[in-house]
Amino acid sequence: MRYITPRKAAQGLGSARAGTAHHWNITMSSYALIVLTPLFLIAVGGAIGLPQDQVVAHFGRPFPGIITALFIIVGMIHFIKGSQGGAIADYVHGTAQQLTMVAIAIFGWGVIAAAVFALAKMAFTLPAI
Amino acid sequence: MADVNRGNRPLSPHLQVYRLPLPAITSILTRITGHALSAGILLLVWWLVAAVTSPGAFATADWVLRSWLGFLIMTASTWALWFHALSGVRHLFYDNGMGLEIEDAKRASWGIIIGSVALTVLSLIIFFIG
Repeated sequence: MRYITPRKAAQGLGSARAGTAHHWNITMSSYALIVLTPLFLIAVGGAIGLPQDQVVAHFGRPFPGIITALFIIVGMIHFIKGSQGGAIADYVHGTAQQLTMVAIAIFGWGVIAAAVFALAKMAFTLPAI
Repeated sequence: MADVNRGNRPLSPHLQVYRLPLPAITSILTRITGHALSAGILLLVWWLVAAVTSPGAFATADWVLRSWLGFLIMTASTWALWFHALSGVRHLFYDNGMGLEIEDAKRASWGIIIGSVALTVLSLIIFFIG
């Protein structure tokens, strides 16, 4: 027997069972991304067109490396949550919805893992002097 | 009588003939740009991973990134990023109860459209000069 009242069990959850957490996540990451977006464009824009060794050296420096990693991590988490709780929740339903949400999580975290791996390898690459 | 007022009532707007208002278009474009940015980030991260893989892998990724298709994807992604960012800022104002009047929403929509194009042009200028 459950001693918890029905009201207590439902309180703060809302119809989505996640309360305001989703909205809060998107809002907080969007504030971060407003700052990160111009910095990211500067960091990446300065590297496109360079030869390979200079690309590695570019992202091996603290500012481009940290900004690019932060933007991709925060941006992809913002994308995963925004897509799953937004368009997918609205337009895809049932088993297809669950599979789409899994696919989005795999894509998003895959992009994060690949980017962090590449940036870490660049950061730990010693310049060939 | 059931059909006393037939023919005189306002018709429900059918989706296929309903001209979407500008704030609706910019709202839908926020989701579209958010999802379309997948292409840009995929290309960029492929290029980053290729740079630490091998000279051959980097040559392929760099060739694609700097081809006309790569330039198109990167330019479109830059615009999508600015559009999504400006539209996201509008949502932060919406969340605080600001800009919800129809005329304000229309003005903000034009601001987002013009602003995103201007910032994309500015980004390209800085990219090609700097």
